[in-house]
Amino acid sequence: MREWFLSELDLEYVALGAAILGTGGGGNAYLGKLRAWEQLRAGRRIRIIPPEALKDDDLVIAVGGIGAPTVGIEKIERGDEGLLAVRAIEKEVGKPAAALMTDEIGGANSIEPMIAAALADLPMVDVDGMGRAFPELQMNTFFIYGLKPWPGALCDEKGNTVVFTDVQSPLWLEKLARAGTVAMGCTAAFALPPITGQQVNAWGVKYTVSQVWRLGRTVIEARAEKRDPVAAILAHEHGKLLFKGKIVDVARWTTGGFARGRLEIEGFDTHQKQTLQIEFQNENLIARAAERGDVIATVPDLICIVDSETGRPISTEETRYGLRVSVLGLPATPLFRTPEALAVIGPRAFGYDVDYQPLGEYVMPEPVVTP
Amino acid sequence: MYRIGVDVGGTNTDAVVMRGREVMGWAKRPTTPDVTSGIVGALTGVLAETKIERTSVGAVMIGTTHFTNAVVQRRGLTRVAVFRLCGPATLSLPPMVDWPPDLRDVVKGHVALLPGGFEFDGKPIVPFDERAQRDACREARDLGLNSVAVSSVFSPVNAEHESHAHEIISHEMPGAAISLSHEIGRLGLLERENAAIMNACLRDLGAKTIAAFRQSLADLGLACPLYLAQNDGTLMSADFAEKFPVYTFASGPTNSMRGAAFLSGLQEGIVVDIGGTTTDIGALVHGFPREASVEVEVGGVRTNFRMPDVYSFGLGGGSIVTDRRPTRDDGRPWPVEIGPLSVGYELTTKARVFGGEVLTATDVAVAGGRAEIGDKSRVADLGAPLVASGLDYIQRRVEEAIDRMKLSREPVPVILVGGGSILVSERLAGASEVLHPPHYQVANAVGAAIAQISGEVDRVVSLAEVGRNEALAAAKQEAADRAIAAGADPATIHIVDVEDIPLAYLPSSATRVRVKAVGELRL
Repeated sequence: MREWFLSELDLEYVALGAAILGTGGGGNAYLGKLRAWEQLRAGRRIRIIPPEALKDDDLVIAVGGIGAPTVGIEKIERGDEGLLAVRAIEKEVGKPAAALMTDEIGGANSIEPMIAAALADLPMVDVDGMGRAFPELQMNTFFIYGLKPWPGALCDEKGNTVVFTDVQSPLWLEKLARAGTVAMGCTAAFALPPITGQQVNAWGVKYTVSQVWRLGRTVIEARAEKRDPVAAILAHEHGKLLFKGKIVDVARWTTGGFARGRLEIEGFDTHQKQTLQIEFQNENLIARAAERGDVIATVPDLICIVDSETGRPISTEETRYGLRVSVLGLPATPLFRTPEALAVIGPRAFGYDVDYQPLGEYVMPEPVVTP
Repeated sequence: MYRIGVDVGGTNTDAVVMRGREVMGWAKRPTTPDVTSGIVGALTGVLAETKIERTSVGAVMIGTTHFTNAVVQRRGLTRVAVFRLCGPATLSLPPMVDWPPDLRDVVKGHVALLPGGFEFDGKPIVPFDERAQRDACREARDLGLNSVAVSSVFSPVNAEHESHAHEIISHEMPGAAISLSHEIGRLGLLERENAAIMNACLRDLGAKTIAAFRQSLADLGLACPLYLAQNDGTLMSADFAEKFPVYTFASGPTNSMRGAAFLSGLQEGIVVDIGGTTTDIGALVHGFPREASVEVEVGGVRTNFRMPDVYSFGLGGGSIVTDRRPTRDDGRPWPVEIGPLSVGYELTTKARVFGGEVLTATDVAVAGGRAEIGDKSRVADLGAPLVASGLDYIQRRVEEAIDRMKLSREPVPVILVGGGSILVSERLAGASEVLHPPHYQVANAVGAAIAQISGEVDRVVSLAEVGRNEALAAAKQEAADRAIAAGADPATIHIVDVEDIPLAYLPSSATRVRVKAVGELRL
C-alpha cells in the first residue's frame, strides 16, 4: 500500500490550508503544528493513506479536540489524550482501529488526529466529514447519513476518560460531550463512534488532507513568487471572489455560549460603492449585499475571509476595522447539498430564513497518494 | 522642578527638559554602541542649552531599545532555569519549544515540568508539590544558574502556585533573580512563558545597564530618581526596571505616540512619526497607544505581553528616490518610488540639498516647497513632473497607512511628529484635522518625560459565579492597586481601558476580562 509521509514543511502547508477552510473558526492550528513537529522530532511518523486502501470492515476512528480555543492556548494538551480516547473506543467495541481520521479538516482538528496516529503508528485517512469547520459534533456527513451516535469517548489531560454508551441521537452526543468537556476544564479530546471502511468511502468528504496541503503550498509558493495569493487560492479551490474591500464595521454579541457577530466590508475595485455584510457564529455563515439584502452565499458553502495582500486567513476573532480583505466563496461538498444534510447544516439550521443557493460546482480534490 | 526625558533611538539620542507641561529645551546627539555615552552626550547638551541648575532636576526618564537589541543580537544574555507548574497538562510542548535554536542554545539552562497549575476557573489541575519544587531548585543551583523563570497554567487567573514557587526558590536559590509569568504576560501559556524567560535572560544585563545609567547621572551631578519608559507609555522606577527589563521592548514608538498626545493635547487620533528611515503609525486611545491584539515576535520568539500596535514602513527623510523616468513623454504620470533604502543618519551630508549626490525624499519635499531646509538651488533642476509624483507618492503611502490604523470610517485627527514629518502636506485624506505641534522633532523624548504609572489585570472569570458588574469592579480595583504599588499617586488613578470578551465554543459563561488603570507618578 502506498503511503504519504508528512514532513515539517508539509505540516506548515496543512496548517495554513486548514485555517483557510476553517471559514473564520475551527481553532488555531499553530499549537497543533508545533505538537506534530515534536512527534516527528521524536522519530515518529505521520502517514496518510487514501480511503480506498481501507477494507470494508476496517475500524476507523475519527478523533479531535473539543472545547474552547481560548482555554486551549493556556492548558495545552498532555499529548496522548486523543490516543486514549481512541483506545477507549477500541476497548468498547473489542477491535483495534485500522486507521484514524479527522471529522473536521477546517482549523485545528486537521492536525489533532495526526498526533494520536503518530503515537500509535497508525495511518490517517485522506478524508474528513465536513470539508470545512462547523461548531457542533452532529454537523458532519457521517451523522447526517446515519452513523450510529455511540459509543463516543471523551478524555482529558488528567487521564479522565468518559465513554458514552447508548446515546439517543447525534445531537444528544453533542450535548453530553460538551457538558463533559466543561467539567474537564473546557478542553478535551473526543473520539467519534466507530466508522467502517465502507462508511468512510460512502459518506466521507474525500482527499481533504491532500486538499489543505495543496492549498497551503499554493499560497506559500504564490507569496514567494510574488504572485497574487488570493487568485491562487481561487484557482486552486474552484472558488469565486465574492467581494474585495475593507472591513468597516464589526459588531459582536453572544447567544447560547456562541460568539456571534456581523461585519461589514466596503468594496474596492469591481466592488466599488457596494457593501457586503457577513454574519458569523464562530464560523462565517451568510454573506449578503448590504444595500438590497440579496443573499450572496450561505452555509454549507464556505465563506472564507483572507488578507487581500498575503492570503492569510482572518479568523472571526481578529476581524477589525481597516483590514483589507478578500471574501472567497468555495463550493461545499455535494454530500452537504442534499435535503437531509441541509436540515442539519443549511442556513435554516443556523436560524436564517433563506433557501440554500449552491455557489457553483464542487470539484473533488486531487489525492496526493492513490491506492 | 524639572524633568528630563531621554529617548535612545536607532540613529539619534534625544533629550528634553520639561517643567510642568512646558518644554524648556532639547538636544539631539548620535546614538553610541554603548548607549550610555550617547545618553551622557544628549544630557550634557540639553543641560548646556537650558542652563538649568542640576539640583533642580526632579527626575530623569530614559526610553531605550538596548534590551530589545540584546535579544535580537543574542548579546549579554543570562542562562535561565525554567520551572513550569502544569501537572499532567501541557507536557506535549515543553518550554522554549518554539524558540530559534541559536537563541535557545544561549538561554536554556535547565527545564523542569512540575506539579501544579490551574483550570480556567482557578481551581488546581493538581496540587502544588513543595518537594518537587525544592528538588528542581537544587538541580538548577548545582548547574550554577541564578536566574529563574516560573510559569503556571492559567496563572493570570490564579497566581498562587507561581507565588508559592517564588517562596521556595528564594529559600533554595538565595540571590537568584526570579521572573514570574503572571507578572509579565497574558493568557497564552507559551507566549507568556516566553516573555518570562526573555525577562529572566535579561536580568544581569538589566542590572548592569541600569547601574551604568545611574553612574552616568551621578557623573553629571544629577542626584534625582531614574525612571525607564515602558512599552505601554507609562514609567517604571529603575529598581522595577531591573526586575522587568522586557517592559522596555518597543518603548520607542510608544514614546512618540505619548509625546504626540501631550504636545497636541489630543487623546484620540492617529500619530504619524516620520524619522530618517521609517514611518511608524499608531493610534491613540484615551491618550495611550492602542495595543497589538496578536502575538508579537521579538528576536524570533512569539510573545504576547502588551506591545503598541504600530504599522511601520520604509519611508523617511533620508529615503532614496528611484526615478523611473519614461524614455519619452507619453503624457502619463511620472512613476517614482521612494524607500525603503535610506541614507539614514547621513542625510545631512548625502542629500542633494545638503551638498551630497543622493536624491532623497527630503530633496523632493524641498523642491516641492513643502520644506525649507538646506540649499534649495541644488534641487532646482528636478523636473516638475518628478517632484509632483514624488510628493504624491509620499502622501499616498502615508494616507493609506493612516486608513489601515483607523478604528472606524469617520475622519480622525492626525498628529505629525518626527524630523521627517515635514515631508507630508497637512491636507491628509481621512483626517478631520492635521496637527504639527511645536517640538514635533523630539516628541519621543517628550513622551518619555511624561510621568504616568499603570497597573493592569487580564483574566478569565466565570460569570455564572459572580455577576458581570461585580467581576469588572474587582478587576478595576486590582488594576488600581497594582498601579499604586508601582508608584502611582492614589488620588490620580483612573481606569483607561476595560474589555470583556466571552470565550467561544462554550455554553458556560466564561469571560476574559482586561482592565488597565493609570495614575500620575508620585514625585
